Amino acid sequence: MMLTDLTLAAARRGLGERAFTSRELTEAHLAAIEALNPRLNAFITVTGEQALAQADASDAALARGDDRPLTGVPIAMKDLFCTEGVRTTAGSRILGRFVPPYESTVSANLLRAGAVFLGKTNMDEFAMGSSNMTSAYGPVENPWKRRQDADAVLVPGGSSGGSAAAVAARLALGATGTDTGGSIRQPASFCGIVGLKPTYGRCSRWGVVAFASSLDHPGPLARSVEDCAILLGAMAGHDPKDSTSADVPLGDYQGACGRSVKGMRIGVPREYRADGMPEEIEALWRQGVDWLRDAGAEVVDVSLPHTKYGLATYYIVAPAEASSNLARYDGVRFGLRTNGKDLRDLYERTRAEGFGAEVRRRVLIGTYVLSAGYYDAYYLRAQKVRALIRRDFTEAFARVDALLTPTAPSAAFVQGEKMDDPIKMYLNDLFTVPADLAGVPAISVPAGLDANGLPIGLQVIGKPFDEEMVFAVGAALERAAGFDALPTIRADSVAGQPPPPCPLPQGEGELPP
Amino acid sequence: MSYTIKGTDGPWEVVIGLEVHAQVISKAKLFSGAATDFGAEPNTQVSFVDAAFPGMLPVINRECVAQAVRTGLGLNAHINMVSRFDRKNYFYADLPAGYQISQYQHPIVGEGTVEIELPDSSTKPIGITRLHLEQDAGKSLHDQHPTKSLIDLNRAGVALMEIVSEPDLRSPEEAGAYLRKLRTILRYLGTCDGNMEEGSLRADVNVSVRKHGEPYRTRCEVKNVNSVRFVMQAIEAEAKRQVEVWESGGTVEQETRLFDAARGVTRSMRTKEDAHDYRYFPDPDLLPLVLDEDWIAELKAELPELPDVKKARFMQQYGLPAYDAGVLVAEQATADFYETVAAGRDAKQAANWVMGDFFAALNRTGRTIVDSPVSAPNLSKLLDLIADGTINGRIAKEVFEAMVQTGHDPASIVEAKGLRQVTDTGAVDAAVERVLAANADKVAEYRSGKDKLFGFFVGQVMKAMAGKGNPALVNEALRRSLG
Repeated sequence: MMLTDLTLAAARRGLGERAFTSRELTEAHLAAIEALNPRLNAFITVTGEQALAQADASDAALARGDDRPLTGVPIAMKDLFCTEGVRTTAGSRILGRFVPPYESTVSANLLRAGAVFLGKTNMDEFAMGSSNMTSAYGPVENPWKRRQDADAVLVPGGSSGGSAAAVAARLALGATGTDTGGSIRQPASFCGIVGLKPTYGRCSRWGVVAFASSLDHPGPLARSVEDCAILLGAMAGHDPKDSTSADVPLGDYQGACGRSVKGMRIGVPREYRADGMPEEIEALWRQGVDWLRDAGAEVVDVSLPHTKYGLATYYIVAPAEASSNLARYDGVRFGLRTNGKDLRDLYERTRAEGFGAEVRRRVLIGTYVLSAGYYDAYYLRAQKVRALIRRDFTEAFARVDALLTPTAPSAAFVQGEKMDDPIKMYLNDLFTVPADLAGVPAISVPAGLDANGLPIGLQVIGKPFDEEMVFAVGAALERAAGFDALPTIRADSVAGQPPPPCPLPQGEGELPP
Repeated sequence: MSYTIKGTDGPWEVVIGLEVHAQVISKAKLFSGAATDFGAEPNTQVSFVDAAFPGMLPVINRECVAQAVRTGLGLNAHINMVSRFDRKNYFYADLPAGYQISQYQHPIVGEGTVEIELPDSSTKPIGITRLHLEQDAGKSLHDQHPTKSLIDLNRAGVALMEIVSEPDLRSPEEAGAYLRKLRTILRYLGTCDGNMEEGSLRADVNVSVRKHGEPYRTRCEVKNVNSVRFVMQAIEAEAKRQVEVWESGGTVEQETRLFDAARGVTRSMRTKEDAHDYRYFPDPDLLPLVLDEDWIAELKAELPELPDVKKARFMQQYGLPAYDAGVLVAEQATADFYETVAAGRDAKQAANWVMGDFFAALNRTGRTIVDSPVSAPNLSKLLDLIADGTINGRIAKEVFEAMVQTGHDPASIVEAKGLRQVTDTGAVDAAVERVLAANADKVAEYRSGKDKLFGFFVGQVMKAMAGKGNPALVNEALRRSLG
């Protein structure tokens, strides 16, 4: 067993028992990053020196009995979280040299809990994407391979694709992500790991580069439900600096993972089916229902009648907010500036050079739906439908404790697929978007493999602020599924190989061409 | 006589509405903790929120909300228990986020009224449409460098109250009276310092003209006028322009204009076609602003006495005419000064002194009531010296002048200058005797019926007594001696 194979919970125990040091644990992960990141491209920036310093400080803290929930645990930060003194790109050229002078609340909470930061993970530009293909820093490779077509390079999903790939390939014990339309759960499903989107307001958005403010949910990715629970406990909490942060006490998330689901009512929403969805996903979903029933839960059919409008609603609300949130990238105060003959020219050149095609597309859509004469037909109507989608959940949760659905309508696809048609790409978010629109917590748990040997996740959706229930049901699925398949590319698969000739840049990556 | 613009084919009525931007008095900005002091070095009062750095979020400043509520209460306006912040999107170099946080559809304060006083002492109610909170932008400086524009973000994010009036104003004078009254109320409330030179109070003026009895015609908005006088001039200039356009067969287009104070004309800034599409939508970073009834009641209980109430009280309690009461309550400091002087004294006499000699002295010396050389207690003492007969009214003027020059208290001036009134009847009689003896011809004229000469004798006696004679005693002695 290698140190990189440990779950986060097991690593915590090992550190506590002095079975190994944080430096050893951190070095093992840095070595794995050094070996695999050139291929996977999961990290945009690796902070090796800082990580080792934090590891040494953690070892000193442990030695004097200062043992916090994450002391000495190496994790990765999605490059959307501002990290003081460490470049934060949001996957965009426009922030290619942006070094924040402040630490996001979530990353500050994690540092306070003792975590060691290995670096900043790759992502779709401004979290806009479901494949990690829109990153200005190149695509991320999914560490999983198709059985029949081992050469095909698969996407890790997105937008938190770098985090998901890094955790799946054992480059980090856990990672942060953000979920706006499915950006934690879909990549978790694609990479065979666990990803949780907590309730809106549970994790502060302060210091997280904004995509769509009313939809952005920071949350954890890890290799077990319990690991996600430990991470969420450290990330979450009320933050007066975020007006939308909720002052609701945290639950006992780790404890909830061991709770029985006996007697719980689980809803199965009949609308979570997509045209052309592989039968094996349907089958796995039925399997999930059986597992929970076998564990003593009562399974109930429910209806969320407005689910079919979720995607359309999302692709109006999210771009609308994004078009406004991204107006600040104007070349005047920070980030990329491309000079022009006057102010307007400066704006146009800076934003044309700084933003990729998908970001430009969404800024255009968002500007359009907010324009005079279109606002009522698009944005206002979308807000009304959003309220109906939220009501669907409220009504369902009057009858059940949690909902069980597939996470995504497909397993990981090949890089370059679906790139010609943005609608096809947007369909990835079909099952994840409603929970974002409603702000309710949801988890993706790896539950099985498809015929190609690729992981498929099941999603558990809970009531607002009832993450405990989501963890309890997620952990029950995890136990029943006994998912132990491993990705092809992972740290121990390269053990003993010499390190690659080119050391990684520390902290300062190259700007993309 | 109502105000009209004379056209070639008859009089035109002017319809005016004002949008006043009042900078909120608060230590910190509307959504950040940065300071708001005027005149600080450029870019020294800017937080990462104000500069719209990635991931920064607005948090509403409770004191700014309280100031808006106080102002709403002071304008007799409806306080909306739930209001909302919207984003107004446009690109400009001094607008860091690319949007201004404002209140578009659901302002914090709804309809209210301001009573203005017209020159004939009558009053007219002017409707307030709404008051909303919004952020100020930064400042672009285009004259500091030959090829570059500089940006100062100190003002970016400072809280403004936009106070919108109904189109109830009908003349430049009414608009001026409204603006002055609004400023008075804001200063009483302590919610805005009303300083137009520093830009803490600015007005956008909506002007249209019409023939009597017509519905409203198209209006133009004259932006950012920064003094009461310019507001009045801008209205007149704009109304005249519109009358000319209509009368020459043209059509007034809705547009935004600027007032050129040097040339006394307005000129076009932006036509309706180039109007921005601000893409307003609710700011998803902020929850609806929900107010608490008890908190509003607390704020209401702490409000100072406002000018209209104070004026009514001055008229009732001190027996002052409406005009005097109006002048005395125009500034809180003046009203306080007056009340100190009037306390337990002849209130009308106190008003005459404050509005007469005292105001004249301030004007002459260029001082204000706050740094006046004559304090309220000292003016009170002067009135007491008159009342107890220590000095007469004429000497009082001399003492007052000395108070203005030196700032000393009146009793010491009277002592030092030996100005104490002579109430010794013997001395008065002697002076009367001397004056009558020296003016035997005038005495003869008086006795033959020229009653008016009595005043001449009073003057001569007072002169003989170096002004210190007790006027009552002098009169009495003269009457007795002249028979």
